[in-house]
Amino acid sequence: MNAHNNLTRRALLTGGLATGFVLAFHLPLRAAVNEPVQPRDTTEGKFAPNAFIRIDETGRTVLMMPQVEMGQGTYTSISAVLAEELDADWGKVEVQHAPPNDKLYGNPTFGLQVTGNSNSIRAWWLPLRKAGATARAMLVQAAASQWGVEPASCTASKGEVAHAASGRKLGYGELALAAQGQTPPKDVAVKDPRDFVLIGQPLKRLDTPDKVNGKAIYGIDAILPGMKFATVAACPVFGGKVGKVDDSAAVKLPGVRKVVVLDDMVAVIGDHMWAAKKGLEALKIEWNEGPNAEITTKDIWDDLRKASQKDGAVAKSDGDIAKALASGDRFEAAYELPFLAHASMEPINATVHVKPDSCEIWTGTQIMTRVQSEAAKAAGLPVDKVIVNNHLLGGGFGRKLEPDMVIAAVKIAKQVDYPVKVVWTREEDIQHDVYRPVYRDQITASLVDGKVAGWKYKVAGSAVLARWLPPAFQKGIDIDAIDAAVDAPYDFANFHVEYVRAEPLSVPTGFWRGVGPNNNVFAVECAMDELARKAGKGPIEFRKSMLTKNPRMLAVLGQVAEKSGWGQPLPPRVGRGVCVQPSFASFIATVVEAEIDDIGEITLRRVTSVVDTGIAVNPDTVKAQIEGGLIFGLTAALYGEITIDKGRVQQSNFHDYRMMRINETPKIEVIVVKSGEAPGGIGEAGVNAGPPALRNAIYAATGVALRRLPIDRKLLAAGKKA
Amino acid sequence: MATTLIVNGETKSFDAPPEMPLLWVLRDILGMTGTKFGCGIAQCGACTVHVDGRAVRSCVLPVSAVENRTVTTIEHVGSTPSGAKVQKAWLEAEVIQCGYCQSGQIMAAAALLAATPNPDDSDIDAAMAGNICRCGTYVRIREAIKHAANGRQS
Ligand code: FES
Ligand code: FES
Repeated sequence: MNAHNNLTRRALLTGGLATGFVLAFHLPLRAAVNEPVQPRDTTEGKFAPNAFIRIDETGRTVLMMPQVEMGQGTYTSISAVLAEELDADWGKVEVQHAPPNDKLYGNPTFGLQVTGNSNSIRAWWLPLRKAGATARAMLVQAAASQWGVEPASCTASKGEVAHAASGRKLGYGELALAAQGQTPPKDVAVKDPRDFVLIGQPLKRLDTPDKVNGKAIYGIDAILPGMKFATVAACPVFGGKVGKVDDSAAVKLPGVRKVVVLDDMVAVIGDHMWAAKKGLEALKIEWNEGPNAEITTKDIWDDLRKASQKDGAVAKSDGDIAKALASGDRFEAAYELPFLAHASMEPINATVHVKPDSCEIWTGTQIMTRVQSEAAKAAGLPVDKVIVNNHLLGGGFGRKLEPDMVIAAVKIAKQVDYPVKVVWTREEDIQHDVYRPVYRDQITASLVDGKVAGWKYKVAGSAVLARWLPPAFQKGIDIDAIDAAVDAPYDFANFHVEYVRAEPLSVPTGFWRGVGPNNNVFAVECAMDELARKAGKGPIEFRKSMLTKNPRMLAVLGQVAEKSGWGQPLPPRVGRGVCVQPSFASFIATVVEAEIDDIGEITLRRVTSVVDTGIAVNPDTVKAQIEGGLIFGLTAALYGEITIDKGRVQQSNFHDYRMMRINETPKIEVIVVKSGEAPGGIGEAGVNAGPPALRNAIYAATGVALRRLPIDRKLLAAGKKA
Repeated sequence: MATTLIVNGETKSFDAPPEMPLLWVLRDILGMTGTKFGCGIAQCGACTVHVDGRAVRSCVLPVSAVENRTVTTIEHVGSTPSGAKVQKAWLEAEVIQCGYCQSGQIMAAAALLAATPNPDDSDIDAAMAGNICRCGTYVRIREAIKHAANGRQS
């Protein structure tokens, strides 16, 4: 904890750190298990009023991060929220990853130390402000009693308490010990947003200076004395097991230390990754592929299409849907989305040292406490004997909401007495992911007088939540899968949403950046464009006519029309497409402008997004997240698809699971609206905007109404019609 | 059979199989973890380092091929004029998100600016298209390279 920066190697090996994901629903679970003001920390010689704030006698202010940093900028935003109410000196603020502890650091929405669903700021907004304000009040009390004046006559700012009447001042460092003896106030007031000095400013990120010089330490960078390196091969068929392993050639290779055979995976431990990789290649492994060895993508889609014909569990039903659909002009469409891998830039890894009575883990995870408890099970140790050191994440995107890589690493490390760093190759990372599920979304609607009179939306797909958080799966409804279906922004008088749970044959599914809304927003916004055309109206005009009860959405839509040059003439085969999106309590409207050449190749020309996320804690971070999210989503629309043959994933690395590159990236303009509303989520929102806006641009440019992703260029060649 | 490299101005000797990629030598033998593993097949650029000033993919570069040549990594690129400019511009534009790809991005950009002090968009595309950023920081990378180049002129 004494390093000047707590995210570098020295700090990590002596202390610990933390990271984030948000689900756009409110889980009916343990609401805020953690009290707003946390129990005090017992750290000696410091002012530690709660679990988040540590001020030492030099004034150094260390903030403990309950959410993890995976690129979304949350360490800086969380720090700004704490420092705002603490009136800390921003220049003295440092951050540290929190250790696993649901009581102290559990996300108030989940009751678990989890980063996801774009809710870090939403969930912690008030608890952290109160924590900061409480600490500030104790520092003020300490100063006032030293001066023999009323606390109310003192002010605090930039890490100092001042008494204007007498001109006296004391720094927080000078007050730290005295403040530690103060009684925390019972119910502390937080600032009026008009008085914010840090929140709302584009503060420079705290984590980036060490990311330009190689000093920042990710899980994959852990180095321990005596450590060896391992890499793994899991059974290529989902659910398959290891049969026979002939390691006679592998063990003779220089640098190969040990071959570890687990139930469904083989690992080679070596002196370095290269030896481990060579060793793995030299193994002769026979797999017991099991019952899934013949499964193909087609089987999965046949199943899903069949399942989607069933009636689903009703998630919402307003008005009289049967009657409404019987009137007017009827529209029916089904939208289909493929499996997707996460492909975080940092491949899956975990470093573990198992000793007879303890287990220590170095990794980057979105779920600290689950990693700890699962590792304890795998190690056969009590939970309190498992130490988890979190790190910066080289991308999370939901993949690191799973503990599988840590469990496997513990099982491997159990076989040896030294620490082992287990790193998956990119091929293993892509072929043994938990995939964004395939979805089939059916929308049936009727138009009366140019408006939607009835809207029936049936989502069919995997219930990730049923596996990941079983208590949240109630009455057959995955509230994540239908999140932005029930939350559609439009005035639909007769509005019906159903969900059919359909688990794909053998393929494990998981949360993927954008979560449930990434299927809903796509289907809703594609259907709205097709309905607009049927009604003979422009896409924006049509949407506006049904946003009368949604002023924030209406405002961003109006602004994006203006900023994107909507309506201005375009060359042939160039189109603009719009997407309106209510996810994660943010209001976002996006326009994509794209050109489709005669053979169906797509050039992205320009993207404009207007974002109302309420109070933007850091407006520059909001912009960056939308820019990056758009590219993440557009990448999926242009290229993303995991396919299965013979029970195996067919893609393996970036040559066949493609990412958008800089030469394909359009101009992106993001406008962040000033707002006094409570903050919304932002880390995933851009992801959901890209695919429907691009698809609608293609619809405008070519007349082809695509209903599947990724975009099939063959359908877009000149001369093709919808 | 000891291998000798000049890394960031220091001579390093170690035992490694001649075909072992430079990436793993840097990370696993020399403990220099700033250079990242992303794909292992020259597809992503996360492992980019400079050999004699040129950007190369260390994940496919056998260590024997760089013996006695000058290797510069992200840990030291700030001591070159173009590297320092790129680092500064990166922070000013707040390019970075997770940061995992950024060692490679910065190495590629620094090599670009050293060779082409005033790159246009197509120079930037040509030099940077080999570097994937899963967080999607490309818009800011382009902007930061231009700022770094302008800084050079002024
Ligand atoms: S790790 Fe070398 S190019 Fe990807
Ligand atoms: S910043 Fe995360 S991969 Fe580029």
